[in-house]
Amino acid sequence: MTTQILRISSKYLKPAFVVLSLVILYRGHNEPGGGFISGLLAASGYVFYMLAWNVETALKKMWIQPVPLMAIGLLLALASGIIGVAAGEPFMSGQWITVLNITLGTPLLFDVGVYFTVIGVMLTIMSVILEKVDQWD
Amino acid sequence: MSNLLLLPVIVPLATVLILLLAHGRKWLQQIIGIGGIALQFTVAVWIFVVVNSQGIQVIQLGSWPAPFGITFVADLFSSIMLMVAALIGLMTAIYAMPTISDNRQRFSYYPLVNAMLMGVNGAFLTGDVFNLYVWFEVMIMASFVLLTLGGSRQQMNGAIKYVAMNLVASMLFLAGIGLLYGQAGTLNMADLALKIRASDDAFLLNSSAMLFFVAFSLKAALFPFFFWLPASYPTAPMAITAFFSGLLTKVGVYALIRFFTLFFVQNQSFWHPLLLWAGGITMLVGVLTAASQYDMRRILSFHIISQIGYIIMGLGLFTVAGIAGAIYYMVHNIVAKANTFLVAGMVYKLRGTYDLKAISGLYKNYPLVALLFVIPAMGLAGVPPFSGFVGKLMLVVAGFEAEKWVITGVALLVGLFTLFSMVKIWNEGFWKKHTGNDASDNKKLPVAMLVPVAILALITILLGVAAEPVVELCMRAAHQLIDPSSYIEAVLGKQY
Repeated sequence: MTTQILRISSKYLKPAFVVLSLVILYRGHNEPGGGFISGLLAASGYVFYMLAWNVETALKKMWIQPVPLMAIGLLLALASGIIGVAAGEPFMSGQWITVLNITLGTPLLFDVGVYFTVIGVMLTIMSVILEKVDQWD
Repeated sequence: MSNLLLLPVIVPLATVLILLLAHGRKWLQQIIGIGGIALQFTVAVWIFVVVNSQGIQVIQLGSWPAPFGITFVADLFSSIMLMVAALIGLMTAIYAMPTISDNRQRFSYYPLVNAMLMGVNGAFLTGDVFNLYVWFEVMIMASFVLLTLGGSRQQMNGAIKYVAMNLVASMLFLAGIGLLYGQAGTLNMADLALKIRASDDAFLLNSSAMLFFVAFSLKAALFPFFFWLPASYPTAPMAITAFFSGLLTKVGVYALIRFFTLFFVQNQSFWHPLLLWAGGITMLVGVLTAASQYDMRRILSFHIISQIGYIIMGLGLFTVAGIAGAIYYMVHNIVAKANTFLVAGMVYKLRGTYDLKAISGLYKNYPLVALLFVIPAMGLAGVPPFSGFVGKLMLVVAGFEAEKWVITGVALLVGLFTLFSMVKIWNEGFWKKHTGNDASDNKKLPVAMLVPVAILALITILLGVAAEPVVELCMRAAHQLIDPSSYIEAVLGKQY
């Protein structure tokens, strides 16, 4: 799967996937979307890139490697729960602030955590599988 | 409202995350991993002190009130279990330092142990049936990976049986939850307790109660669902086997005790004899199959099964004394059982085999190891002054008081057979003259192996010698279980 067309298109599709995933991540609170599905979308952009080039090149393009990304995502999710504790309420109680007319809350932070975790998990699994596939070729 | 109750879940979670960030560095993994469990132990002791002085503690997650949200509850029973779980986690993690291969320690051992402890702690604390299912899954996922770590052929063979049995158990568990929810309309344990006690047709819940019973029996390795345990446990490294033997089956037993004291109290004339029979046969079968083995790990694995029978017997008696005996026995057994496995690991390090016939003569060259074996082994067999004696005494007395002669007789008989098995290990492994070459027989054991074993042995002695405060504590915990009104009031508030 190393045709030139696929390689060039994957270069432009990867950022498109990521931007689209961010839109779906944000609208997820009230409409269909959310951390899980948008994480899958963003990850599929990278997986596409892995297919067109190879696993190593794709991982080099990432600022943070999949396993630390997983940990960061889970830490964000944990933090969203602890913010409630800091406000003197039980763990995971929702807290809200308004910045420039946009209401942000801990559920969004939790979703962002899920987003990163899903990307990390997907890319860890896919890179292992694709490396095996490369060996068979 | 007390966020303290969340720490047993948050501390291991945070530890796992930090460990993931410190991927691949053995020293960091050891320090953070063990430090995290030590912190968890401190938290567990703190929770115990609070529960002991101020009564049952409750938190409603995300401020959603019970019975709608998820509730975390700590009564005396669950806080005792939290302490013991963290203790075993800590001791086996220290023991793992010199015994588990470098690669495993660098990447996955410590995060997995912490993840499993998170599941175990969550299962002990949750007050919601579905949430319990989730914690079981967390625990079992981590244990799957721990069991297969390294991936030798033998391990895979054992792990497949373990995974298959657990998937069946989870499915039955989930089916039970579905039936229960359809019938009662709630899954909050305190709310269930109220509804079932007030209902005239609670016998309709027997079908879901049976599904739960089978699911937990599978996990707890009760007769006739025990066969997966001796097939899978001995295949892992000893630190992991000891950790499993202390915790996995006991979480199943914990769930049985919680369910059948708190809300499945309908049709007692059917359930209690069933529990007694299951317990009695489990004891007998476990101990008899153990007697026919010559591999140390397998003898000990079969003994896990027979010991679980004792705990279920206490539950089946359903008196305060019986349940107090079950709780005491559980604590004693977790400590002593894990310890005998750890000693078996030492023997393996010294002799390179678990086969009793090939070990022989350890007493002459390693008197300290012999001493460390005798304490938990005699504890398990129920010889005074060790902890097993007090546990068996409590259960036997409770059995006589409840006038259940057969099960009490079985319990006494099984005690004798346990002694036989332990004496067999002693005779074959330690006492008999060594047939091999004596000259190379002066290996030194690492301190990190000796210290946890010595600490656990000390606890076995203390539980036996200074039994009175512990017994009194178990009695109070049993009172809370038999009369759940304080539990219900703590969860649902005064107005129920």
